[in-house]
Amino acid sequence: MSGYSITEPTPRQKWIAGTLVVLYALITILPLLWIIATGFKSPADAIAYPPKVVFDPTLEGYVNLFTTRSRATPEALEAMGPPETWYDGIVRQYGMVISGPSRYGERFLNSVVIGFGSTFLSVFLGTLAAYAFSRFKVPLKDDLLFFILSTRMMPPIAVAIPIFLMFRTLGLSDTHLGMILLYTAVNISLAVWLLKGFIDEIPREYEEAALIDGYTRFQAFYKVVLPQAATGIASTAIFCLIFAWNEYAFAVLLTSGQAQTAPPFIPTIIGVGKDWPAVAAGATLFLLPVMVFTILLRKHLLRGITFGAVRK
Amino acid sequence: MSHTPIERVAASTPPAIASRVRGLSDRTLAWIFVAPTIFLLLAVNIFPLVWTIRLSLTNYRANRAGAELEWVGLRNYTRILTDPDIWQTMQATAHFLIWTILLQVLIGFTLAWLINRKFRGNDLWTTIIVLPMMLSPAVVGNFWTFLYQPQIGLFNYAVSFVTGIDPSSFSMIGSVELAPWAIVIVDTWMWTPFVMLICLAGLRSIPDYIYEAAAIDRASPWRQFWTITLPMVLPFLMLAVLFRGIENFKMFDLVVQLTGGGPGSTTELTSINLKREAFEKWRTGYASAYAIILFVTVFGLASIYVKALNKVKER
Repeated sequence: MSGYSITEPTPRQKWIAGTLVVLYALITILPLLWIIATGFKSPADAIAYPPKVVFDPTLEGYVNLFTTRSRATPEALEAMGPPETWYDGIVRQYGMVISGPSRYGERFLNSVVIGFGSTFLSVFLGTLAAYAFSRFKVPLKDDLLFFILSTRMMPPIAVAIPIFLMFRTLGLSDTHLGMILLYTAVNISLAVWLLKGFIDEIPREYEEAALIDGYTRFQAFYKVVLPQAATGIASTAIFCLIFAWNEYAFAVLLTSGQAQTAPPFIPTIIGVGKDWPAVAAGATLFLLPVMVFTILLRKHLLRGITFGAVRK
Repeated sequence: MSHTPIERVAASTPPAIASRVRGLSDRTLAWIFVAPTIFLLLAVNIFPLVWTIRLSLTNYRANRAGAELEWVGLRNYTRILTDPDIWQTMQATAHFLIWTILLQVLIGFTLAWLINRKFRGNDLWTTIIVLPMMLSPAVVGNFWTFLYQPQIGLFNYAVSFVTGIDPSSFSMIGSVELAPWAIVIVDTWMWTPFVMLICLAGLRSIPDYIYEAAAIDRASPWRQFWTITLPMVLPFLMLAVLFRGIENFKMFDLVVQLTGGGPGSTTELTSINLKREAFEKWRTGYASAYAIILFVTVFGLASIYVKALNKVKER
């Protein structure tokens, strides 16, 4: 680089631009910080006016998130003796006893199972299809690719009616398998398009060399192309995972008890008691992994978003 | 290792022949690789679509599966297109679409343009701005109801802090005038980064030498912006608008958690309206016709738009 370039912004321009962007970033992140903070407030602090920035942190919200509680008379509390654990102690301050675990744990686990299950399946099938589209003469290739893409234009609710009926007939309603298949179908169009881009970038000469060395086509795919495409596959997987993790419309319509994921469940935590800290705690635990993921993997993720969009 | 006769023969033959004996032909492999994807999409996308078209011609109700099916022809379609309530829903959707796209394009482009000044640490701040769009819209919508609470909410407090209005005097999601703006604000907060990232990709695709040439010709920065920057980013910007348009036409999760379509039906966007018809009133046949109309609308508008986009790209 030469010392002077006319296209390089001046330090003053950089400073102004930087200040404005940082300002916007701070405003944008404020609601998220507020969610996290509310999770550590007591119910009274959460609804205080003016809003409390400085408060005594407590784990009440998290205890309420993971337990169901019932009211006990003072005599009954007296008879039970001193609380055995710290979370018992927190609940007893309100004249309550813990009567069992809440369903949050299950719902969170469902999200994990369905999220990872569908991600694995869509990346697996997507890689195979993308490789075929990238390297072979597939009849009607462009039509098929457009068809795969157009499936994303349908509003989820529009497809939900027949899927609801279909799942009811096949016994897939409210099952993990049903949700995994459904999310895979939704994700696979994006997966094929992203992965085809990544595989297109790998030079064909590598495989051709492998074929000459006596590899079969499948071995060449498995031993030469796959390792080369690993980064692309990983970032595609993250996109699929984030989609499945965040999905709400299908989840709320097709699951109720067994296979319900966290997004339809979290809003129901609020209950009649307007327990905002518990909702905030539930939201924090659910959103935080994605935030951390995004920050750690920012290089691949940001590229993937624009890459996927611009290619299409 | 190799136990079957064919594998033993394959192992002892020269590589070129071996690959023909052991390996599948490219053609077969291509089909094996593509078939599962196509099958899945047929089963979960195309078959349901065909089924929806069939249902849309009947008076079927999913909560009364045993009842006799009656063919009603196109009656569901004519009823929807002449229903004033549906047009009100369409208006709410149009308001939401126009304002979210306008705000996101303006803010998103400005941010991208600023970030492209390449100040120090810009990638970290970019990531922070991107965070909201990675999160679950339903959970975010649910939490914004807390921020929008009249007395205690952070949003109302911030507004009163800046303008001096009493924070308990207005309710963003409770009032008929403000609720349509409440959903616009949250959607803009959440999705501006998407437009920003695509614009950033556009800005970074402009080679430096064009600006250098313009500077040698003494084109003012203002003129450079209008004759170089904007025209070259335009295809990207239009693409971002396409994606946001399709997504927001389908909008369901964020708004349903935020306002539930209320108060009254002021924020009842088409998807929410459709869900109500299909899964609360259980008018399955009617809702199917509704779904088809929406799908045709999105598809039609998107196709026209893509044609326009291609024209811009060709220039």
